[in-house]
Amino acid sequence: MKIVLNGDPFEVAGPRTIATLLSELEIDSRRVAVEHNLVVLKRAAFDTTEVRDGDQVEIVNFVGGG
Amino acid sequence: MDHLNIAGKTFASRLIVGTGKYSSPSVMVKAHEASGADMVTVAVRRVNISDRTKESLLDYIDTSKFFLLPNTAGCYSADEAIRTARLGREAGLSNWVKLEVIGDERTLFPDNEELIVATRTLVKEGFVVLPYTNDDPVVCRKLEDAGAAAVMPLGAPIGSGLGIQNVNNIRIIREFARVPLIVDAGVGTASDAALAMELGADGVLMNTAIAGARDAVAMAEAMKLAVRAGRLAYSAGRIPRKAYATASSPVEGLVGR
Repeated sequence: MKIVLNGDPFEVAGPRTIATLLSELEIDSRRVAVEHNLVVLKRAAFDTTEVRDGDQVEIVNFVGGG
Repeated sequence: MDHLNIAGKTFASRLIVGTGKYSSPSVMVKAHEASGADMVTVAVRRVNISDRTKESLLDYIDTSKFFLLPNTAGCYSADEAIRTARLGREAGLSNWVKLEVIGDERTLFPDNEELIVATRTLVKEGFVVLPYTNDDPVVCRKLEDAGAAAVMPLGAPIGSGLGIQNVNNIRIIREFARVPLIVDAGVGTASDAALAMELGADGVLMNTAIAGARDAVAMAEAMKLAVRAGRLAYSAGRIPRKAYATASSPVEGLVGR
């Protein structure tokens, strides 16, 4: 299935939780924030929020800035 | 001891520094240390999905020593800034935000209308909002009325190093403000920071002035001292300005008169 990940089309094998997606991408879930279909998720919701075909996911972290 | 208090939280330093544009992470770490700051700003950006090799900024910031202040830099509307603030809150687990809503690419001047809208919304959502704003006393008052925890007028355009362009406006904002006043942006060198503090600012926020200096670590120390010196001078109460001289030595008892 196809999702939109950080603005780009992204192929995943099938529906999976945000937590699974992060671990597949080798992203440390403690250092990022995730928005799922324009809703910013609490970290506790990573395990229960399922990503489905066509969903929009944004994964952000902190970078240098002023 | 002199402290900076914002929204019930106490900071030992009145200097707030950025984390961008350093020549290397190790220079940033040393500069942060030399600055004496205990609050640093960070930006919120998409994780690079295709290249996971990049190190994380947080590998270089000891969050037990530095309070993270996420910004909404690069946002051009209230909606974008609100979205970014919400993401920053989840990434950093604090409800503080340095709110930026930019209105013009070349000057990076704020869009005050959108800024006030975003402030109002985020305050309702429980955020501690520190808005980056113009050096306009009326806008600062409106931000205060919208619930901002501090007002952060610019001294000059971001990254310009021009110093405080409108000294009198900062003085007037000081006079009006009932929340902490942080001069944010435009500082080029130590005397600019000292001047901001002498005008009565509660703090100064800067990034480029330190990160872009030839020796960022030395400049960080210079800024630490300047902020302290300026604050001390402000608290000490300067003498009034006069057009003519007043002798410092006795006028009587001169030899040969």
